[in-house]
Amino acid sequence: MKKIFSYDIVRGVIGQLIGTPIGFGLVAGIQALLGRPLNAEPAYVVGAVFGVLGFLIGLGAFSDWYHMVLGEEVHEPEEIQDPPGARRYWGLSFDHKVIGVQYGILSMVLLALGGTFALIFRTELAASGRQFLSFQLFNSLVGLHGMVLIASILMGIAAISNYVIPLLIGARDMAFPRLNALSFWVAVPASLVLVSSLALGGFETGWTGYAPLSIRGPMGIQLFFVGVWFVGWSSILGALNLIATIVRMRTPGMAMFNMPILAWSVLATSIMALTATQLIGLAFQMTLFERLLGMSFFDPAGGGNPILYQHLFWFYSHPAVYIFVLPGLGVISELLPVFVRKPLFGYRWIAMSSLGIALVGFLVWAHHMFAAGMEEYLRVPFMYSTLLVAVPTGVKFFSWTATMWQGKMRLQTPMYFLLGAISVFLVGGITGPMAGTVSTDLHITDSYYIVGHFHATMFGGYIFPVFAAIYYWFPKITGRRMSEKLGKWHFWLLYIGFMVTSFGQMRIGLLGMRRRIADYDAALGFDLPHMIITIAGYMVAVAVLLFFINLYHGARAGEPAKGNLWESRSPEWLAPSPMPVHNYDTPVVVVGEPYDYGLEGSKYVEVNQPVAPAAQAAD
Amino acid sequence: MTAHAATAHSSYADKLRTARIGLWLFFISDAFVFGGLLVSRFYLLGSTRPELDQFVGLIVTSVLLVSSFFMNRAEVQISQGNRKGFVVSTAITLILGVAFLVGVVGVEWQIAHFGPDDGPAGAVFYMMTGMHAFHVLTGVIFLALVLRNGLRGKYSTEKHWAVEAAANYWHFVDLVWIFFYPALYLIGTVA
Repeated sequence: MKKIFSYDIVRGVIGQLIGTPIGFGLVAGIQALLGRPLNAEPAYVVGAVFGVLGFLIGLGAFSDWYHMVLGEEVHEPEEIQDPPGARRYWGLSFDHKVIGVQYGILSMVLLALGGTFALIFRTELAASGRQFLSFQLFNSLVGLHGMVLIASILMGIAAISNYVIPLLIGARDMAFPRLNALSFWVAVPASLVLVSSLALGGFETGWTGYAPLSIRGPMGIQLFFVGVWFVGWSSILGALNLIATIVRMRTPGMAMFNMPILAWSVLATSIMALTATQLIGLAFQMTLFERLLGMSFFDPAGGGNPILYQHLFWFYSHPAVYIFVLPGLGVISELLPVFVRKPLFGYRWIAMSSLGIALVGFLVWAHHMFAAGMEEYLRVPFMYSTLLVAVPTGVKFFSWTATMWQGKMRLQTPMYFLLGAISVFLVGGITGPMAGTVSTDLHITDSYYIVGHFHATMFGGYIFPVFAAIYYWFPKITGRRMSEKLGKWHFWLLYIGFMVTSFGQMRIGLLGMRRRIADYDAALGFDLPHMIITIAGYMVAVAVLLFFINLYHGARAGEPAKGNLWESRSPEWLAPSPMPVHNYDTPVVVVGEPYDYGLEGSKYVEVNQPVAPAAQAAD
Repeated sequence: MTAHAATAHSSYADKLRTARIGLWLFFISDAFVFGGLLVSRFYLLGSTRPELDQFVGLIVTSVLLVSSFFMNRAEVQISQGNRKGFVVSTAITLILGVAFLVGVVGVEWQIAHFGPDDGPAGAVFYMMTGMHAFHVLTGVIFLALVLRNGLRGKYSTEKHWAVEAAANYWHFVDLVWIFFYPALYLIGTVA
């Protein structure tokens, strides 16, 4: 029994289980003292917030800061020894590699959960008429599918960034290791709060939480708001840490334009996540207070304006999709040269296109509101700014094409996923302008066309690249390889299953299928397409299941990975696998360009070389 | 010991530079919250403003601006090694901060003719002042901790990052009020 409590995560969950009733009881007690009848909603909100704080206190995430505030000396983060073996992943650790894996585990758990939600309502949609879901539950599942997977994606990009970025830039750790641990751990109780919204009646609004419906619906929406708010802080603090790391922690001699291209994408993503995320947090807080205190921000009945909610919400939620895809696109640019054995085409253009997407991404949010009744003069400017996104995105596509051109392609599993990513993202990209143009969008808005388009961008920009990244860096993490055979099965099932789903959704969308509805008229003739989409959806699920099996099998009994597995030029592959605790023994020395594949005798970096006597003396 | 192992615990000056970047990134992020609130104010209320007591507004604004002066003094004094002056200036800043909170939450909120549930004007006023007051409160707590550690002599001329961070945070929150005060008290006509 005592052994269980030595796991930090167990103490965290106990902290949450204690904190929640304390917060609930506090509010209920005040209400009782004031002689008012029990109003459960504020009690649940405060309970959820106290629960998250309880989790973090139980975990011990604040204890170092507590001692620092009292002016006491604390250990340097890197002096702290993690417990050996897999146990370290279940506790508070300040090592960026452990936190990266922790992010990855949380991301995969949320991926499985969000995917399961989708399968449930997909099964409901397989035939017209109502099958087994109530309308209320259907709506809640659709909304949670969206938000749980957004959390999963944020955790996934954080996993890649945390694990890989310090290795790529030759740093010993992130700039703020304690903050890094907090950013991860706050997301764990937040995810629990988010999902527990189902227990309070769910919510009807979908993931967007549009007012005024969110003001009137069941109180599950409150836990949804609180959960997302904390996940948002996880994202903000993680982004802050990554920017500081990339700006400050590069190995001496590595210029910004000489660092691996993934660092540029992560920098661009982090700039957006740092700033825009506050706006969704604010919009959700305002709705939360509108429900609790009757503050009329958004409900027209009280003089508010629901369009304001949409402006605040989309100011984050549109840049959010770039936050999701930019690291994925960075992974494509980073890995493609390794597998085609050619230099990356147009390094500076790619670096700048990431920043360009980040910049333009701030100026396009209102294209989600063309049909919402917003100010009419905003339509055309937002249409133009939206179409402008195609320019930096096009730069990336042309660079990938030129990089692959006449390359010596090595068709290993990560390369399959890179090709899948590029082709699926192309589908997502070229179906976009139709939705960004006002005249055509008025016809396809709120239809399944949008669903198909959106999922193509997410699969091409995140899902496929993240799988490529996992297959690529898994040996670095575990010292073992994943199965190539299972990996290729995984790829083909996912690719075919996804393409059928996406094109099927776009087709019925153009024919008039509305999104976010639990039932449709059999006379529309959509029964067969919906059945096919559902079957393809299950194919995607089987593919992901194969991936999980491959992960498990690879970690336990995979073929040992030796040396520079992919013949990469980047520093992490010149060090032993799995990566030693403090990364590199000696500072990484930059001696060349990062992507000069095929150039005889050239090197990007020298790693773990014995230090020259002169340097030692100078030290 | 190799050269790299020696740099493992990077110097205080090096860490300070990194910490400063972190703090400023936080300000940029937090500025978006206040920016969103300002946008909401003009979106919902346009050229009207809530009916507020101008005298109270002027007093609390002056109090906060003066507090920033003493905050700056405190930071300069600790960096010059004047520990006693530093403690006095920090204490004055702290008192002025509490006075601001009393002025906004204790006076203005109580004498206002409307509550948070009285239309968009009430909602905007209480949300903006409430969010700002929350930041002032965290700043006051921060200052109280700085004062406590300052009294125990934890800060030196070279190492006083906590003082610097508290001071910058205080100026940031002050700067926000420089935008909020005209947006709530001066711009537009009373509806």
